Amino acid sequence: MTRTESVRLWLDERLGINSAIALAQKKEVPEHRHSIWYYFGGMTLFLFIVQVTTGIMLLLYYRPSAEGAFESVQFIITEVEFGWLIRSVHSWSANLLIAALFIHMFSVFFLSAYRAPREMTWVTGVALLFICIAFGFSGYLLPWNELAFFATKVGTEISGVVPLVGRPMLRFLRGGDEVTGATLTRFFGFHVAILPAITTVILGVHLLLVQMHGMSVPPGVEGKEVKKMKFVPNFLLRDLIGWILAIGALAALAAIFPWELGHKADAFAPAPAGIKPEWYFLFMFQTLKYLPAKILFLDGEVVGIMAFGLGGLFLLLVPFLNKEPGNTRRKRVFTIIGALVVAFMVIMTIVGYVT
Amino acid sequence: MEPNETRGPTRRGFLNYLLGTSAVATLGAIFYPIFRFMVPPAVVEAQQNSVSAGKVNDLAINSGKIFKFGSKPGILIRTQSGEVKAFSASCTHLDCIVQYDPGSKEIICACHGGKYDLTGKNVSGPPPRPLDEFTVNVKGDDITVTKA
Repeated sequence: MTRTESVRLWLDERLGINSAIALAQKKEVPEHRHSIWYYFGGMTLFLFIVQVTTGIMLLLYYRPSAEGAFESVQFIITEVEFGWLIRSVHSWSANLLIAALFIHMFSVFFLSAYRAPREMTWVTGVALLFICIAFGFSGYLLPWNELAFFATKVGTEISGVVPLVGRPMLRFLRGGDEVTGATLTRFFGFHVAILPAITTVILGVHLLLVQMHGMSVPPGVEGKEVKKMKFVPNFLLRDLIGWILAIGALAALAAIFPWELGHKADAFAPAPAGIKPEWYFLFMFQTLKYLPAKILFLDGEVVGIMAFGLGGLFLLLVPFLNKEPGNTRRKRVFTIIGALVVAFMVIMTIVGYVT
Repeated sequence: MEPNETRGPTRRGFLNYLLGTSAVATLGAIFYPIFRFMVPPAVVEAQQNSVSAGKVNDLAINSGKIFKFGSKPGILIRTQSGEVKAFSASCTHLDCIVQYDPGSKEIICACHGGKYDLTGKNVSGPPPRPLDEFTVNVKGDDITVTKA
């Protein structure tokens, strides 16, 4: 027995690596005209790993307090070597991650890849989308600048609008009645401890389910002979090209469009003119602007926020609402709903940017 | 049906009941403090009914400024006619801080485009309610703002 063989045997006896290797070798990816969408799950995962890595690095210098947060980020981007790079990559990668997630989700939606037996893969995926948005929202406050301050004020006030649970939820999020240093400390805790812990579990389940059920093929291809590609190494190498391109894009974005720090938050200054949230909140922001003060007997924003809440619930329950993949009429209804939602989000986002 | 199942309370059933209720009580004793810990305590603030908000001469005609009313922001406005007015500066829509726009002579909120006139009334955009108005007392040069 050669040395490598004996090492492998030793490891296999203890860790069962041979079965893991066999499993990896067995994994295949179907090839058809929609195969391109398979890459976006891996892209999302890669950008998530970038977030974890750069996030841990930023932790070495960041100070989570109203007195020190802004200054510590300023220190990172002006004094620490490559601090500007790491901080900008973290901000840009967060945005690309959300974008990749949306593409991943909508491709799964339109190809109805959530149909049985993959309902729970969809549910965990939507949960991960909500968690990533929570990551975005909590991370946005951490530099403690003017924009972040007002974004947090508005965002948490929105949660306070929800009937019954709203007010306690608002106090829980803010760590009091107002957005203060207590809010910053809390958001820091959510961002670096609570959300990562929850993500680890849900992401683990999500990836396990993907392995368990294998890749879904679109209904149009299902049952036909399709060519298959080995995951290791063929698909993985293609994934890798995407990831290298992503690193290049992140470095370029960070260098050409470094993420602004802005002005330090001041709890007694008016909201700056032209204030806008991150692009992935913009469609909701713009909708809230258009709602009248009163709709019937309810405040306009209450109606808007409840509608978005119901939209989120609908998204989570899609696989249980569209249970018959064979029913083409029902599938068409879901495709139309999805297309309308995408159109609404795109139009409102553009209007939000232009106005 | 087994004769066992038709009989009244069993020893096993009783022990399971004890075990179950103890488990629930234990979980309650663990999670209740965790839950309560996460709810921020209400901070007792001295009820401030009036505050000194600055000097008339520091405030130009047709301009406004933010002042602190306890932990909340207020807005002080000196109108074209020289009158001094004070309102809560928290937009009634979603809590952003409003500002005075000398051009339109309105109070505006930059967040969602809400507008109020100089009586605090919400005149356009999403705000559902007028701004709370405070009573202004000018003694010499000093401005004192009092909650109505």
